Amino acid sequence: MKMDRRAFLSLGVGVAAGTTLSPLPWKLMDDISIWTQNWSWTPVPDDGECTYINSVCRLCSGACGITVRKIGNRVVKIEGQNGHPINDGGICLLGLSSPQILYGQERVQRPLKRDGKRGEGKWIPISWENAIQEVFSKLQQLRSQDMPNRLACITGTDQGTVPRLFERFLTVFGSPNYIRMPSIVDSYELTLNLMQGGPSSVGFDFESADYILSFGSGIIDGWTSPVRMFKLNSQWKDKNIKCVQIESRLSNSAAKASQWIPIQPGTEAELAMGIAHVMVKENWYHPDFVQNQSNGFAEWRTKLMANVNLEHIATITGVHQDVIIQVAKEFANASTPIAICGQGRGLIPGNMREFVAVHTLNALKGNINQKGGVGALAELDYIDWPEVMMDAIATKGMAIERIDHANTDHYPYARYLMSRLPKVLLNQKEPMLEMLFVLRSNPYYSLPGTAIIKEAWEKIPFIVSFSSVMDETALYSDLILPEPFYLETYEDIPTPTGYLYPMIGLMRPVIQPLYDTKPAADVLIQLAQKFEGTVAKAFSWSNYQTCLEKTLKDKWDTMIKKGYFLDTSLSQVWKKEFTTLSGKFEFKNMELKELEKETTPELEGSKEQYPLLLIPYDSLRIASTSVANPPFVTKTIEDNVLKQNDVLLEINPITAKSLGVKEHDLVEITTPHGRAIVRIHLFEGIMPGLIAMARGLGHETGGDYLYGKGVNVNSLLGSIESPFSGFEMAYATRANLRHV
Amino acid sequence: MTKGESASTNSSRGSGSIIFLFFIIGLIGSLVVGWIIFPMLLYSEKKQPIDYNHAIHLDAVDNGCESCHFFREDGTFSGIPKLSQCVDCHGEVQGSNPEEKRFVEEYVQKETEVPWLAYSRQPDCVFFSHVVHVKTAEMKCEVCHGPIGSSEHSKEYEQNRITGLSRAIWGPSIAGFRKNSWDSMKMDVCGQCHEKETGSKGPCFQCHK
Repeated sequence: MKMDRRAFLSLGVGVAAGTTLSPLPWKLMDDISIWTQNWSWTPVPDDGECTYINSVCRLCSGACGITVRKIGNRVVKIEGQNGHPINDGGICLLGLSSPQILYGQERVQRPLKRDGKRGEGKWIPISWENAIQEVFSKLQQLRSQDMPNRLACITGTDQGTVPRLFERFLTVFGSPNYIRMPSIVDSYELTLNLMQGGPSSVGFDFESADYILSFGSGIIDGWTSPVRMFKLNSQWKDKNIKCVQIESRLSNSAAKASQWIPIQPGTEAELAMGIAHVMVKENWYHPDFVQNQSNGFAEWRTKLMANVNLEHIATITGVHQDVIIQVAKEFANASTPIAICGQGRGLIPGNMREFVAVHTLNALKGNINQKGGVGALAELDYIDWPEVMMDAIATKGMAIERIDHANTDHYPYARYLMSRLPKVLLNQKEPMLEMLFVLRSNPYYSLPGTAIIKEAWEKIPFIVSFSSVMDETALYSDLILPEPFYLETYEDIPTPTGYLYPMIGLMRPVIQPLYDTKPAADVLIQLAQKFEGTVAKAFSWSNYQTCLEKTLKDKWDTMIKKGYFLDTSLSQVWKKEFTTLSGKFEFKNMELKELEKETTPELEGSKEQYPLLLIPYDSLRIASTSVANPPFVTKTIEDNVLKQNDVLLEINPITAKSLGVKEHDLVEITTPHGRAIVRIHLFEGIMPGLIAMARGLGHETGGDYLYGKGVNVNSLLGSIESPFSGFEMAYATRANLRHV
Repeated sequence: MTKGESASTNSSRGSGSIIFLFFIIGLIGSLVVGWIIFPMLLYSEKKQPIDYNHAIHLDAVDNGCESCHFFREDGTFSGIPKLSQCVDCHGEVQGSNPEEKRFVEEYVQKETEVPWLAYSRQPDCVFFSHVVHVKTAEMKCEVCHGPIGSSEHSKEYEQNRITGLSRAIWGPSIAGFRKNSWDSMKMDVCGQCHEKETGSKGPCFQCHK
């Protein structure tokens, strides 16, 4: 029997018919479809009993209460803690995505010592013992050479036990160079200090306010405590409370506001003065507060009436006179109106004239230190460690001027001036810093003027990062001593910026640390105890947790049970007396007169060469503080902000037409500080002549989900220093576009 | 008909038979592969780590299946018991059963969870709420799981080499025929029951989250 072609085809037909009549193809198809759902590499959370632990999120300064859901020892979900005074069950994208950072590939898993050049990413693991010994040897060398002031430390905040331990270490070591990262905390502190007497931090009773006037504050874009503000924004809508947003572009906050008033960037102070002018001229102010509780009003009014011209203000701000009058009238007619400022998230301290002018509006309504108004909160004095005893080396070191010149004759009003550090280092005649500690901040990435910072970084011989994740500052450091992620350790989290009651949240471990990490405060205690004498004596705790428990004393038990300690004795806040020299609210004291003389420095570059104005903007969908976006948050970025790896540059269609650029064109943006390739996005929500770019992109770290996505807008911006305060004011930069 | 034509017709008939024969070979061969060899190849046989006697346990407890397979306070189902539950009774060897002795020595004393093979494990995309079916709809466990409570030995775990799941999901019949309600745990079985009891198979997202 010979199989010819036809027999072979017949065999095939038989096989096909038989196979069809058998379960094989149907079962195989079903199994393959199930197989695709059971890939071993697809992450599947364990099944089992859920447990819940309350803690506090530390990914921004919002201090939200969180409830962490676990199955076994695995964190599977983070939700807002119900009933928490800050966020009452709400949570932001970043907090929600914390597990992706906790279990992510960017975690620094053990102490690392740089092997290659800075930024190359070549590291060798080092034991904790050797790492701490190496830092100790260098510190000891500084003290033996009588140069303790050549140690500096940068932290994200100066509140809470851990930052305060770092400050304490530097003090007893002999360095005045403890530096806090810049933000509107600086400018609000100074505003209150100048007008109401300090020291205090600002609190807003938005819950009882009935009119909100925002000078560019990103109410739903991350300003102060993002979830609190988000919830407040909804409450205002429910109660028909008017919210006016004054901003150069149609941000999310502007889009959701009752009224959006576009304004030329950098002219907010003038507009606030214009509104004040109308209120004073029309006698729309609070006579009792002004007459009985303030000082210098008459002089201030005389000068305001003489110098402020509404027509001129309308011209420079781009806001029509009628609108200025309308806002002034509405603000004056409200019972408890609050005016706020600080652009976007409030990462840049900004213009002090603006802060003072805006706070003046609150004062004109007498809405200071009263319900529904703006209050000055005294710091909770729960950190009452014994005074440090300084030895001769420390005393000598502490007597030397701060490296950033804050709180000196040059800049008497500032406590910290981080933004000045790069300039100082680049202009140094002899080495000023030998060693830098960086804690919970990413200055290498997040300060305006990246090129200058990169250059200045080279002037610091030894940089120690305490970061839990590989951020840019860690990448360009010499030694990484990773602290546990915030879900793995105890810590106190003090009052978030802008909250009206003094409170302390308790951050607590929800799982055992995943990696070979050590709390930064424990590193500090061990370092201190290696020294003899006063340094060791100032750190007599056995470890950080003991220090925290002893510091919180009777509050510890409450906080363990409740998750936070809250001082709701409102009267203490609202009845706070003014501690200025006059004992009254100051409209015009010596310092404020000095501030009036300040003029905003000219932006670098000529208008001919750079005809456009670039402004950065913030979004809740892009983390831009000490933490970068985890994958889930990046997935939520709109494609008119980031398209694949290209960042989109917002430009008004009228400006685009005049430049001959179209939607999605690739262009090169050039500023006096840098250049980058970006994609055009036509947006009618931005004023003609302006262009805007999102903050928080263009990372050198972050793995596949973030690395190389977009451009860091700080690389295009330049630092603008306030002559009065020394604060960073980088609100915009001149720019030009060119087709590529 | 010429001689040549006759030869050609004979040859054609012979050729036709051969073609048919090959068709039959192909047909029967593939039917044998599809119905007999394929199921043999598809499943691997595994034994449970401990030969578990449900019957003896069910006699010893007061609350039936829920004595060990209980609902938590939040309504979630505990599933296969963890070692900590077994230890309540089996901290020490109680009887003469060699499997119990092995369980105590290999798992209880070493504080190691038993790697039970779950017959009813579904793909992760399938969401199933036991509490809704058992408490709200008052269904008996046997409806889906069969008379497992009366078994004295653990049955063989036939693991599908492609999906990694138990044969209990598809059912004993490779053709998908069912004699009993517990013979399969496929989606169409859920759908049939839902249609009968609620009038609708339900939307996709009811079970596929």
